[in-house]
Amino acid sequence: MKILVCIKQVPDMESRFKLNSESKWYEEADLAWRMNEYDEYAVEQAVQLKDQVDDADLTVLSIGPDRVREMMKKALAMGCDRGAHIADDDYFKKDPYEIASVIAEVAKDKGFYMICTGMQSQDRGSAQVGVLVAEMLGLPSITTIVGFAFEGGQITAKRELEGGIKSIIKTRAPALVTCQLGLNTPRYPTLPNIMKAKRKELLSIPISELLKVESKQETVRMYFPEKKGGGLVLEGDVADLTDQLIKILKDKTAVLA
Amino acid sequence: MKILLVAEYRDGELLNNSYELVAFAGQLGADSAMFLVGSEGVLPAYNGTLYLADVDKYGEFNPAVHKQLLLDVIAKEQPDMVVFAHSSYGWDLAPRISLALNVAHVSEVIDIVDGVPVVPACNSKLRCDVKAKTAQMVLTLQGGAFGLEDHPTGNPTVVPINTETASEMEFCGYEEAEPGGVDLSKAEVIVSAGRGIGKPENMEMIEELAKALKGEYGTSRPVVDSEWADHTRQVGTTGQTVSPKLYVACGISGAIQHLAGMKKSEFIVAINTDRDAPIGEVADVLIVADLKEFVPAMTEKINNL
Ligand SMILES: Cc1cc2nc3c(=O)[nH]c(=O)nc-3n(C[C@H](O)[C@H](O)[C@H](O)COP(=O)(O)OP(=O)(O)OC[C@H]3O[C@@H](n4cnc5c(N)ncnc54)[C@H](O)[C@@H]3O)c2cc1C
Repeated sequence: MKILVCIKQVPDMESRFKLNSESKWYEEADLAWRMNEYDEYAVEQAVQLKDQVDDADLTVLSIGPDRVREMMKKALAMGCDRGAHIADDDYFKKDPYEIASVIAEVAKDKGFYMICTGMQSQDRGSAQVGVLVAEMLGLPSITTIVGFAFEGGQITAKRELEGGIKSIIKTRAPALVTCQLGLNTPRYPTLPNIMKAKRKELLSIPISELLKVESKQETVRMYFPEKKGGGLVLEGDVADLTDQLIKILKDKTAVLA
Repeated sequence: MKILLVAEYRDGELLNNSYELVAFAGQLGADSAMFLVGSEGVLPAYNGTLYLADVDKYGEFNPAVHKQLLLDVIAKEQPDMVVFAHSSYGWDLAPRISLALNVAHVSEVIDIVDGVPVVPACNSKLRCDVKAKTAQMVLTLQGGAFGLEDHPTGNPTVVPINTETASEMEFCGYEEAEPGGVDLSKAEVIVSAGRGIGKPENMEMIEELAKALKGEYGTSRPVVDSEWADHTRQVGTTGQTVSPKLYVACGISGAIQHLAGMKKSEFIVAINTDRDAPIGEVADVLIVADLKEFVPAMTEKINNL
C-alpha cells in the first residue's frame, strides 16, 4: 500500500514578523522554522496506518526552499520511508491552486492508496490544498478529521464541527484526509530513528518540472493590522505588575470586592 | 453585482452563520440569491430566491452531491461571487466548487477593500490583500467578520432543486460533545491556560489563581489535545462559549477560534511573553511577563488581600 503525506514548514508563530522588501510576504531571515502543526498529525496518522497494514510504503512530500529538508528529515525519523522535496524558493508566491496542482502532478499515476495532509497551514491558513489535490485526482476527501479508522479498504473518519460535535463519515480508499489538531499524539523521533532517517531517500525535484498551471489569485500586499484594541500594555517588574493589576481589577471589575 | 450565498443547515436547524452571509451581501450592496440543502419547514428569514434541496433526500453532509446541486445553481445564476462561511461545511465544499468553476478562491475573508478580499495570516499577526485573477470568485468568510443582521426578517421565494449525482461518502450521523464537566458559561471569573504554560504540572498554578479569584479554570485547545486538562474545559469555537465578568488568558496567543469563545467577556486580562500576541487585540490589559512568575505572585497577593 502506497501512502503519501504532504507537509509544510512554517515559522514559529511567536516570532516577531517583518515584511519582505516587496511587502508581499514576511521576511524569512531570523525566523525559527518548524513543521506546520496540523501536518504533524498528518504524519503521525500516515505512520500509524503504515504500521497497521502490511507492505506499506510512505512518502513524505514538501514544497519549499532547501530549509524544508530539515523538517522532512524529522518526518522520515517519525517513520516515513522516503521523501520528495519539491524545490521552490518562490513557494510563497504560489496560490493554493498551484500548490495543489504540483502535488497532484507528483501523485498522479503513482497509485497512492491514502493521502494525508494537514487541514490548513498556520501561516496562510487557506484550508484548500488537501481538498483541491483530492478533487484533481478524482478521490474522495474527508476534511478536518479528529478520528480515523481503516479496515478492509473502508475509512471511517470523524469530522470535527463547531461546538465540539463530530460527524461520522465513511468512504472507500483510495482517499484523502485533512487532519485537525488533536487527531492523535504525534511521536517524537527517537535517536536511532533519527540516525536511520539520514540514510533514507530524499529526492529533490525542481518545481519547474511539475508546475503546469497559472495562479488564480495573487497576494498583492502584506501588512500589519491596525491596532484596534486600545488595551493597556504593562511591562516591568513582576511585583509591580501584580500591584498594578490588583488596582485595575478593583477599579474596573467587581471580582475582588 | 450578484452574490450566491451558501447557507448551512445542521441537525434540523438553519445555522446562524447563514445570516452573516446575508449581512455581507448587504454591506457590498449586491443582489443575492441563496442556496441551501435544508428543509421546507425551516426556511431562512430572507427576502430573495432560495434554491432549496431537500435534506432528507441529499443528506446534511454529502460533498459530491452538494457540489453538483450547487454547480447547477451557479450555472443558472451566473453569480460574480459564491460565498460560504469559513466553517467546517464551508471550507470543505468551497474548494470543490472553485476547482470545478476554475476560478479564484480566497479563504477566511475578513474585509473587502476596493473589491479586493483581505485575509489574515500567521495567526492574525499579518494581513494580506488577495486579488482574484478571474472575474468570478469563491470566498469563505471568517465567522463574525461581517456581523449578523439583528432581527432577520423576510420570506424567500423557494425554488426546489434536484440532482441524480451519486454519493461517494456515507454520512452516519453525529457524535455529541462529551457531556458532563463544568458549565463555564455560568462562571463569573475564568482563568484559562494556554500552551504557554509549557508543561502539565503548571496547570496547578492556573487552578490556584482561579480559586483565589473564586472562579473556574478553562483552557485553550492545545492544552486539551495534550491531555493536560479535560476537554470540557476548552474555550472556543469547538469548545465552550463564555462571557464572564473577568477572563484571564495565561499563555494563550489569541487565535480566532479561541477569541470566538471568549471575546464577549466583560473584562479581559492577558498574560503573555509576546507583546505582539493577537490576544492583545481583545485584552483590556496585556501583561507582558512570564506567566510562571506572574501567576503565582498574583495568586499570593490576592490571597493576602
Ligand atoms: C477548526 C478549528 C477549531 C479550533 N477550535 C479551537 C477552540 O475551540 N479553542 C481553542 O483555544 N483553539 C481552537 N483551535 C486552535 C487554534 O487555532 C489555536 O491553535 C489555539 O487556540 C492555540 O492555543 P494557544 O494560544 O494555547 O497556543 P499558542 O498559539 O501556541 O500560543 C501560546 C502562547 O503562549 C505564550 N507564551 C509562551 N510561553 C509563555 C510564558 N512562559 N509566559 C507567558 N506566555 C507564554 C506565547 O507567546 C503564545 O502567545 C481551533 C483550530 C481549528 C482549525
